[in-house]
Amino acid sequence: MNNEAVIQTGAAALHVAGDHGEAHHHKQSFITKYIFSQDHKTIGKQFLITGIIWACIGGFMSVLFRLQLGFPDTSFPWLSTVIGHWAKNGHITPEAFYSLTTIHGTVMIFFVLTGGLSGTFANFLIPLQIGARDMASPLMNMLSYWFFFTASVIMLSSFFVQTGPFAGGWTAYPPLSALGDASPGSKTGMDLWLASLILFVVSQLLAGLNYISTVLNMRTKGMSMMRMPLSTWGVFLQAILGVLSFPVLFSGFILLIFDRHFGTSFFLSDIYINGVGALPHEGGNAILYQHLFWFLGHPEVYIVILPAMGIASEVMSTNGRKPIFGYSAMVMSMFAIVVLAFLVWAHHMFVTGMNPFLGSIFVLLTLLIAVPSAIKVFNWLTTLWKGNLRFTPGMLFAIGFVSVFISGGLTGIYMGNSAIDIHIHDTYFIIAHFHLVMGVAAFFGMFCGVYHWFPKMYGRHMNNTLGYIHFWITLVGAYLIFWPMHYEGLAGMPRRYYDYSTWESFKQFGELNKFISICVIITFAAQFLFLFNFFHSIFKGRKMTVKNPWKSNALEWTTPIKVGHGNWPGEIPEVHRWPYDYSKDGHDFIPQTVPVGEEDNPAYTSAAFTGIKVEEEQKRGVKA
Amino acid sequence: MSMFFTIAAFLLIVIVIFQIAKASEYVSVLKGEEQSFKQSNKVNGALMIVFLILGLIGVYWCNKLLYPRTTLVEGSASIEGEQVDHLFWITLILTGIVFFATQILLFWFAFRYQYKENKKAYYFPHNNTMEIIWTSVPTIVLLILIVYGLRSWFLFTGDAPKNAMQVEVTGHQFQWNFRYPGADGVFGKKYFRDIDPANSNTLGLIWKDNGALKQKADPACFDDIITGTLYLVKNKPVELLINSQDVIHDVGLPQFRLKMDAVPGTPTRLWFTPKYTTEEMKKITGNPNYTYELACDQLCGNGHYSMRAVIEVVTQQEYDVIMAKQKPAYFAAFPDKDPANQQPAATDSTAAPAAATAAVRTTRDTAALALR
Ligand code: HEM
Ligand SMILES: [Cu+2]
Ligand SMILES: [Cu+2]
Repeated sequence: MNNEAVIQTGAAALHVAGDHGEAHHHKQSFITKYIFSQDHKTIGKQFLITGIIWACIGGFMSVLFRLQLGFPDTSFPWLSTVIGHWAKNGHITPEAFYSLTTIHGTVMIFFVLTGGLSGTFANFLIPLQIGARDMASPLMNMLSYWFFFTASVIMLSSFFVQTGPFAGGWTAYPPLSALGDASPGSKTGMDLWLASLILFVVSQLLAGLNYISTVLNMRTKGMSMMRMPLSTWGVFLQAILGVLSFPVLFSGFILLIFDRHFGTSFFLSDIYINGVGALPHEGGNAILYQHLFWFLGHPEVYIVILPAMGIASEVMSTNGRKPIFGYSAMVMSMFAIVVLAFLVWAHHMFVTGMNPFLGSIFVLLTLLIAVPSAIKVFNWLTTLWKGNLRFTPGMLFAIGFVSVFISGGLTGIYMGNSAIDIHIHDTYFIIAHFHLVMGVAAFFGMFCGVYHWFPKMYGRHMNNTLGYIHFWITLVGAYLIFWPMHYEGLAGMPRRYYDYSTWESFKQFGELNKFISICVIITFAAQFLFLFNFFHSIFKGRKMTVKNPWKSNALEWTTPIKVGHGNWPGEIPEVHRWPYDYSKDGHDFIPQTVPVGEEDNPAYTSAAFTGIKVEEEQKRGVKA
Repeated sequence: MSMFFTIAAFLLIVIVIFQIAKASEYVSVLKGEEQSFKQSNKVNGALMIVFLILGLIGVYWCNKLLYPRTTLVEGSASIEGEQVDHLFWITLILTGIVFFATQILLFWFAFRYQYKENKKAYYFPHNNTMEIIWTSVPTIVLLILIVYGLRSWFLFTGDAPKNAMQVEVTGHQFQWNFRYPGADGVFGKKYFRDIDPANSNTLGLIWKDNGALKQKADPACFDDIITGTLYLVKNKPVELLINSQDVIHDVGLPQFRLKMDAVPGTPTRLWFTPKYTTEEMKKITGNPNYTYELACDQLCGNGHYSMRAVIEVVTQQEYDVIMAKQKPAYFAAFPDKDPANQQPAATDSTAAPAAATAAVRTTRDTAALALR
C-alpha cells in the first residue's frame, strides 16, 4: 500500500499499524526505514541529527576564529596540524579567517537554525499535534531532506577546493561575491556556496509547501486552527514566510550566477580591479542584490525564531501547569510578525545611500515590528505568574529563551531607528543584537524542544542533571560572550575584522576580546554535555514508562510510547478543546481529547479563544 | 605545560559532571522519581534568583569596566553626531526600564512560583485590558522614538550647508584616497577606464585626450590634489562624495557617529561638521596617541581589517598650510608640467590651466553626459 493510500484511508493504515503492531516493519528494509524514509518522524530526526552535526562544525569554526580575535599575538603551532595550510606560523590566515566566519554564519543560519530547527520540529510535530498520519506528501517531505543533505555535502566539499571556501560574508554582497579576482573565496568556493544554497532553497520550498498543506488540510476532527498548539502555529507561520520569501533569494542567486559566468551586469558597474584592470560591466546596481537578499534575509530571521517561540510557549505552558496567557494574542502577534517581516527588509541597508524618505518608511515599519515581540514577552511573563513551575531541562531553556530574547530584542529598537543605526551598523553592536535575539534564542528554542520531545522521539529520557548543568553553563556563557560586545559596538568597533590591534580606536578591547574567546571555548565545550546526553540517551536513556510523562494536553502524547508509521494504532483521536486547559476547574490538566463536560466552567472556553463551534457552545449553554 | 594543566583540569571537570549526573540517576531510583524531582526543582528555582542577582551585579560591573572605553565618554566629535548620542541616551533609558523590569519579573516569577506540592496554578488564560495596555503603550513609546529619530535622519541625509567644503573619498582594495578640488574649487572628471596606477593615475582622472574612449582632457583635474590622509577643518561642514573602484566598502567614522557605503557605480554622499581638532581631542581624552580613524565597515575582501585611513582635523590656518604644501597629482604623472621642474620663463603655465578651466567648464558638463 502506498503512502498516498495510507493517508487517504486512515482506517487502512490502522490495519497496517494496528492489528499486529509493527506490521509495517515487515515491508520495510533498513534503507526505507532509516535512510530513504517517508515517515515524518524519521525525517524530523534526520533533520535534527544533520543540524546537530552542522552545529558542531559551525561552533568549532567560531572557536577557531575567536582564537584569532582573542589572541592575535599568540602563536598556536598545533593549528597547522589541525587545519593545515589555513594556518601559518601558528596563526589563522586572513583568508581562512574570512572563510570561517562566512561559512559559520551561513551554516548556522540556514543549516542549523532553519534546516535543523524548523526541519526537525515541523516534521516531527505537525502531524502528531494536529492528528494526522503523516505529511500531505511524504515523498516531497523525504525529498526536502535529501535536497538539504545534498546541499550540506556540497557546502562541505567547498572546504577542499584549492582557492578555499567562500569568504565574503553570509550575506554574499556582490561585487565581492561576483568577482573571483576580488577574493580567492569568490572563485570555485562561491560556485559551490551558491549551488549548495540553491539546493537548500529547493529543500525549504518543498518542505514549506508540505507543512502548509498538511496544517490546512489534514487536521483531525475538532482540531480547528485556533485549537492548535503554539508550536504548530510557529512552524506553520514560518513555512508561509519561507515559501513567500525564499524564491526572491533564489532569483538573486540566479542573477548573481549570470553576472559571475555569463557576462551580464545586473549587479556590476564601473569596476577596476587592481592587477586585472577595468572590467567590461557597466550599468548594473550592486544595491539591487541587497534588496533581493534582505527580502529573504529579514523574513529569514523570523523563519528561525517563530518555531522557537512556538516551542518555548508550548513547553512553558505545559511545565508551568498554566494555560499560555493570551493564546489568540500570541497567534495574532505571530501573524503580525509574518506580515510585517516582509515590509522591513531595507533596515539592513540604511547606509547604502538609499532615498531618505524610503528610509523613513522602513524605520516606521521596523519599529512597529517590535510591538508584537513585546506582546509576546509580556504574555510569557504572565504565563509564569502564579504558575506551578516544574523546571525540566526543557522548561529551563524556555525561560532562558525569554531572557535572551528580551536582551537581544531591545537592541533592535536602537538599530531600527536609522539615525542611531548609522553609527552602529556593521559594528559589534549588531553582532550582540542578533546573536542574542536570534542565535542564542533560537538555539535555546531548539534545546527546549529536544529535551521536551526527546521521549516522544526515542522512547527514552535524557539525563536531567546533565540537562540542568548544560543549561546553566550555556546561559551564563552566552551572556558573558555577547553582552560586552554592545560596548565594543558603541566604540564603533567594526564586525568582520581579522585583527584590531593596529587600530588606535579599537585596541582598548584587546583584553575583553581575550576574555570573550575564553568564554566561547568553555561554552562550546559545555555543549558536549548535550551531545553526550543526546546520543547516549538514544541507546541507554531511562526508558519511558508512561505515555505522557509531562502530563501534557497536546495530542502527540496520546500516541503509544513506540510510535509506528501512521502514528495512532487505532482511530485518530477527536479533539474537543484547546491544548492549554491546565489547572482548570481543579484538574491538573485536561487533554485535548477529553470532551467538554458539564462540570467544565465555560468562562474561558468561549468560541473566540478555543475555537469551539458555536452550536457546541450553545448546547452547553442550554445544559448550564 | 599550562596546556597540559588546562586539559587535565578540563578532563577532571568532565569526569565530575558525569559522576554527578550518574549519581542523580541512582538517587532518583532509590528515593523515587518524585522525590528527586522536587529536590532538583528547588535547586533550579534557587539558581534562578542567584542568576538574577549575579546578573544584575554583572551588568553593573561590565558597565563600570567597559563604558570608559567607548566613545560615549568624550561624546561625539561632530556637531551632528551629538544627535545620535542624544537619541541613544533616550532609547537607553526607555529600553533600560523595560529590560530591568522584564528580566527581574522573569527570574523572580520563576523563583517565586516554582513547583509546590499542594499548590494549584492560577487558571488565567487571557485578560483583554492587560493585553490592550501592553499593545498600546509600546506602540506610543515607539512612535515617539520614531519621530525623534527621523528628525535626525532627515538632517543627516539632507543637503549639506552651503559653506561646506567637499572632499571626494574613493575606496579600493584595501586603501582610501581623498581628492581635493585644488585651487579652482572644481573636481575634474574621472572615468574608471582611465584608472592607471602604473602611471600614477590612481583615480582615473581624465588628464589626456583619449580617442578610443571619445574623451577630451579635463583641465579642471590638473590641479586636483590626492592624499592618503583626510584633512578636515574644525567647525567647517564637510561633504564627502563617496565612491568605490572595485567592491563595496564603507566610510566608517566612529568618532563622528556616521558612516556611508562606498558603492562602485553608485556615488553616495555624507556630510558633518567636526567639532574638535585632533590636538584638542588628545587633551580631552588625555590620550597622546588619539587619532581619528576612518574604518572600512563593509566586508571587502581579505584585507578588509587593514583598510584604515587617518583623519586630521585642524584649524583653518593649519589646513591652508597643509594644502599649500600638497602637489596636484597631475604633476606626478607629468613631471614636465610641474612648474617646480621648469625654467622660470614658464611660470605662466600654472595660470594657463586655471584660465582654461573656466572656458572648458561648460563643455565639460556636456562631455560628462556624453561619457555616461
Ligand atoms: C524587536 C524588533 C527588532 C528590530 C527593531 C530589529 C532591527 C534590526 C535592524 C535595524 C538590523 C540591522 C542592523 C544593521 O545591520 O545595521 C537588524 C539586524 C539583525 N537582526 Fe534584528 N531586529 C529585531 C528583532 C530581531 C529578531 C527577532 C531577530 C531574529 C530572530 C533578528 C535578527 C537579526 C539579524 C540576524 C540581524 C543581522 C543580519 C546581518 O547583518 O548579518 N532581529 N535587526
Ligand atoms: Cu532585519
Ligand atoms: Cu572593507
